[in-house]
Amino acid sequence: MKFGIIVFPGSNCDHDCYHAARHVLNQDAEFIWHKENKLSSFDVIIIPGGFSYGDYLRTGAIAKFSPVMKAVRKFAKDGGLVIGICNGFQILLEAGLLPGAMLRNRTLKFICKDIYVRVESINTPFTNKCDKKILRMPIAHAEGNYFADPKTLSHLKENQQIVFRYSNESGETTDSANPNGSLENIAGICNENGNVLGMMPHPERCAEAILGNEDGRLIFESILASLKQVR
Amino acid sequence: MKTLKKEEPKITKKLIKDHGLTDEEYQRVIDILGRTPTFTELGIFSVMWSEHCSYKSSRAHLRKFPTKGEVVIQGPGENAGAIDIGDGLAAIFKMESHNHPSFIEPYQGAATGVGGILRDIFTMGARPIALMNSLRFGPLQHSKNRYIFEGVVSGIAGYGNCIGVPTVGGEIYFSECYNMNPLVNVFCLGIAKKDGIFKGNASGVGNSLIYAGSKTGRDGIHGVTMASEEFGESSEEKRPNVQVGDPFTEKLLVEACLDVMKKGLVVGIQDMGGAGLTSSSSEMAGRAGTGVEIDTSLVPTREKGMMPYEIMLSESQERMLLVVEKEKEKEVLNIFKKWDIDAVKIGMVTNDGIFRIKYGKNIVAEMPVKSISDSAPVYERPIARPVRQNDINYLDINEIPVNNDFNTILLKLLSIATIANKAWVYEQYDHMVRTNSVVLPGSDAAVIRVKGTNKGLAITTDCNSRYCYLDPYKGGMIAVAEAARNIVCTGARPLAITDCLNFGNPEKPEIMWQFVESIKGISEACKVLNTPVISGNVSFYNDTKGISIYPTPIIGMVGLLESVEQHITQWFKDEGDAIILLGKNLEEIGGSEYLKVIHNIERGKPPEINLNFEMQIQKALLDRLNIVKDALNNHAIPYNIIGKVGGMRLTINNNNDRLIDLSVEDINKAWRGAFEANF
Repeated sequence: MKFGIIVFPGSNCDHDCYHAARHVLNQDAEFIWHKENKLSSFDVIIIPGGFSYGDYLRTGAIAKFSPVMKAVRKFAKDGGLVIGICNGFQILLEAGLLPGAMLRNRTLKFICKDIYVRVESINTPFTNKCDKKILRMPIAHAEGNYFADPKTLSHLKENQQIVFRYSNESGETTDSANPNGSLENIAGICNENGNVLGMMPHPERCAEAILGNEDGRLIFESILASLKQVR
Repeated sequence: MKTLKKEEPKITKKLIKDHGLTDEEYQRVIDILGRTPTFTELGIFSVMWSEHCSYKSSRAHLRKFPTKGEVVIQGPGENAGAIDIGDGLAAIFKMESHNHPSFIEPYQGAATGVGGILRDIFTMGARPIALMNSLRFGPLQHSKNRYIFEGVVSGIAGYGNCIGVPTVGGEIYFSECYNMNPLVNVFCLGIAKKDGIFKGNASGVGNSLIYAGSKTGRDGIHGVTMASEEFGESSEEKRPNVQVGDPFTEKLLVEACLDVMKKGLVVGIQDMGGAGLTSSSSEMAGRAGTGVEIDTSLVPTREKGMMPYEIMLSESQERMLLVVEKEKEKEVLNIFKKWDIDAVKIGMVTNDGIFRIKYGKNIVAEMPVKSISDSAPVYERPIARPVRQNDINYLDINEIPVNNDFNTILLKLLSIATIANKAWVYEQYDHMVRTNSVVLPGSDAAVIRVKGTNKGLAITTDCNSRYCYLDPYKGGMIAVAEAARNIVCTGARPLAITDCLNFGNPEKPEIMWQFVESIKGISEACKVLNTPVISGNVSFYNDTKGISIYPTPIIGMVGLLESVEQHITQWFKDEGDAIILLGKNLEEIGGSEYLKVIHNIERGKPPEINLNFEMQIQKALLDRLNIVKDALNNHAIPYNIIGKVGGMRLTINNNNDRLIDLSVEDINKAWRGAFEANF
């Protein structure tokens, strides 16, 4: 399988996603410069975390105008798998590929630490291998406070588009387990078709034993499993 | 061709004084040039002969450091030092201060401190992979200190997080001596191919000088001069002297420069840090024994009408100077273009040893390169042991009242900001990006893996300035020994150090005494522990309204783990595991946190240190670990070790009497709550 990792000016988890795909999962992987406009040779596209365009103006607000986003839109429309992690999630929201918006964390501070998420749906190409319901993963962001209007929220629920919720270790989605004030503890959502995922936690940071945590690997293995099925 | 529209000001006595040059120094300028300097030349001498750039008070003493060793690839004198870590790789690291700017403008001061040290590392051809910082503030009870502390932490986070280099650890102390004079010391480590290390050399006559990065603005002019004098009432008026950071541009600059270097397109490269274009170009020419000619009218500027003086002295951030062979110029410019970074040819390398600055047709400065770099004054400043040092060292342990309520004492100690859990701080830093962080912040040393090898590097920064205040010689030794101890406790072998020497006004003989004694202590410890000094920085004039900080020579140490999987973590593992104390426990509490917090006493002598004994203990520990590793057939070790200086101060003591009996909840409440309570 071939992973394409998009590089915007200011992306900084691009190398980490490449490492996870190439060296941890032993798959093909290639960087895609944001001025590219063709994505046809890839099986899955990762929009990595970081500070695209310095997060100046608003997170993801400038990146959505990069030429590559037109190609991502087409890739997603054709059913290709797209995963946006952290800043990638923010970009997908700004680009309108996922509904809702991000607010600043309620503490108004950047937060980097391990949190727990409850997997709300294993019927997605990104979670089908999640044999455990509660995953430990790190977050690292200042704007992960997900927000959507009531109509959008109920739509998300009806279509089972909420993929991850912040929870405590036992899976309860309490307020104290919510690191950033996100609406209904939402940590990740997918689009209606289920082929575009946005998530704030970083699976690429916890996919190897040496880093003390392999829960994130489940996300990548799910992607591989669903791609194999398609093929 | 452009010409100067405004005339440069006439040189007057007042102008000379405003530039911080003494009468003798000005006479030296006249002697070198054989004439009155131009305005631009005066500015250049002023910044290059400032304490910050010339190390004029410290240079003679820094020579005492041991700087050689089998692992050393590059010692002091370049942008950063380099050591051999095997597998054809080099670890490149350095620490630098940004104290004065951080006091005046905490967020930007700290942010640009991070930006500056990052440039020192990637300038060498290394990809920066870890940051640390060593911070000192006045007590948080004062709102001004809270403002500085919060601003500094956000500034470090704002810059480091954006650029995507993890802040993996560091240390923070709070003490009255840092009221109005915080210390912000930033450490950075990068990895380069051993045969791909670049230097700041302007060699090859006819080669082009290429300016790359942000446009030059009027910010930070005379920043280094500001860092070379004491602070007084009006210091905050100097806010315009503090530069403003743009981590996004720096991120692009890192990628573009690493690309250019990887493709072997540069002859020499250096960042424009303190004293900007002046120091980078003159130092590069100085090292190569060449001359340079620069046309300042070609430098990209943020605003119109900037004088050559301003362009040469600006400390605008995120700028690099590259020396490139003519035929490779186009390819270099194209790489910068890809990253949307300004890159322009502004001059060339010459063979006449002259530093020639033009503005179009006008020559505004023409001086021997050697006069700026090598002819800076060197001062053997007077040294005197402070008269009250004997009083400071006096402590009769019997005079201290004994309070038997150890539970309360422990909880109080745990809750003071210096000892309390620092999660509030390090959770604001991205400490995991680049996926190399094996031991995260919260430990005495961080461990990062080196991708593409089995190896790991352990990193720590350490200094107890109260020990240095009581005895700068012993305090310097202890700082190195503690750093080594922290490294050894991860299972790594200490390799080398960088240092950041923070002191008061060197014109005071007592401060020079502290400085010289500290250097003696550090040097002796480095020799015994076999950890040479490969880079460093001196920050003098840490005085506000005549009050100096405690001597604070911070040590940044790097150690090597042959197998990163065999690292050791510090926390207790299982019930029933034995707790073993290595070393001697003497009756000594001088300079302890206990004395300060419970009895408000900062007197006595720091703990005894015997370097040979220290070395034996550390060696024994590493040897035993290796035996255990072999026995376990190189599997990860289930053991853990604690080796904290001041050792027992937080350890629950339990002879036959139960001295302390506290629940983990009580302890955690005291230990974890300190920062939340203040913000």
